[in-house]
Amino acid sequence: MIGILIVSHSEDAARGIAQIAVGMSGAADDVPITGVGGNDEGGLGVSVAKIYDALTEMLPACDGVLIVPDLGSSILSSRGAIELLSPKDASKVVIADAPVLEGSMLAAVEASSGADLEAVAEGAREAKNLKKSDH
Amino acid sequence: MAFTLEMARGALEKLNAVIEEKKDYLTDLDSAIGDADHGINMNRGMKRVMEKIRDKEYSDFGGLFRDVAMTIMSAVGGSAGPLYGTFFMKMGQKLAGKREVAEDEFADAMQEGLSGIMALGKSQLGDKTMVDALQPAIDALREPAPDASAAWAAALKAAEKGMEDTIPMLSKRGRSSYLGERSIGHQDPGATSVAYLIASLREAALEG
Ligand SMILES: Nc1ncnc2c1ncn2[C@@H]1O[C@H](COP(=O)(O)OP(=O)(O)OP(=O)(O)O)[C@@H](O)[C@H]1O
Ligand SMILES: [Mg+2]
Repeated sequence: MIGILIVSHSEDAARGIAQIAVGMSGAADDVPITGVGGNDEGGLGVSVAKIYDALTEMLPACDGVLIVPDLGSSILSSRGAIELLSPKDASKVVIADAPVLEGSMLAAVEASSGADLEAVAEGAREAKNLKKSDH
Repeated sequence: MAFTLEMARGALEKLNAVIEEKKDYLTDLDSAIGDADHGINMNRGMKRVMEKIRDKEYSDFGGLFRDVAMTIMSAVGGSAGPLYGTFFMKMGQKLAGKREVAEDEFADAMQEGLSGIMALGKSQLGDKTMVDALQPAIDALREPAPDASAAWAAALKAAEKGMEDTIPMLSKRGRSSYLGERSIGHQDPGATSVAYLIASLREAALEG
């Protein structure tokens, strides 16, 4: 099973997005979805340590983890956290190129079908094409 | 002519002090082209670094810079966290087991750190980032100089010029790149904090 790690500048947003992704995707309860965010004083920001800790907690129970980051330093910090992992663990983590909410939701759909890491990442990427309006 | 472990510790103390003093200025720079948090981020990070290292004994640059890197990565909270974190991590790896090196060896380690920043940030010279102050400073430190004082003076001058040279640049990396053309005409906050880093290294090196 592939796990999904949502990384946001806000811990509330990360948790909320995780909740929406599970609720709206109908993903089975066994898909591990975690949200981390905020700096280490609870303000807006991102902490490499929080991402690293979440990854090391998730990896032993998963075949791989897809990180779905929001903007800017969420992406940089995710890359930084992956660099701290052993090469073997690092090879089991991918950062999604996708909008954070829609990407997390579509990744959850893929993951719950038992798809592999590549397919889950591709699922997230498809969120770029979701149309909301003609404007 | 050598850079010592005690100088590195002194430089970190000075960097903490100058960031504390300039945090509002750094944040003002970041409010023009970013999200107005670079000063706050760096201030929080460096304070935490000092708490971590103040009463701890280190036997080599490797141990000191590893602690600095891990603390910065978790405490800074913005892009500067992973970027400065990687810088110190790679420097520490390069200088592991050593507690005193010649200036050009220190410059080699800084280059290793900068390569880490550029790989992580996918950034190049001219993208209007901290790279634009750091690369010229390292190059200047490497140039043959009569003594350490002259070498560090050249490095600081180059860092400050690199910092000012970011003003007319169009940002290609980080949050300021979202602004496109509107990023032109503002000095990059990260390049500015790099100039403080080089100034702190220089001061510590001169005090011996
Ligand atoms: N990809 C990058 N490569 C090199 N330096 C970068 C990169 N992105 C940002 N920077 C540097 O980081 C500085 C901004 O640091 P800061 O701590 O304010 O992060 P931030 O951009 O606010 O992060 P966030 O995405 O959380 O808003 C910039 O001025 C720039 O020098
Ligand atoms: Mg900022």
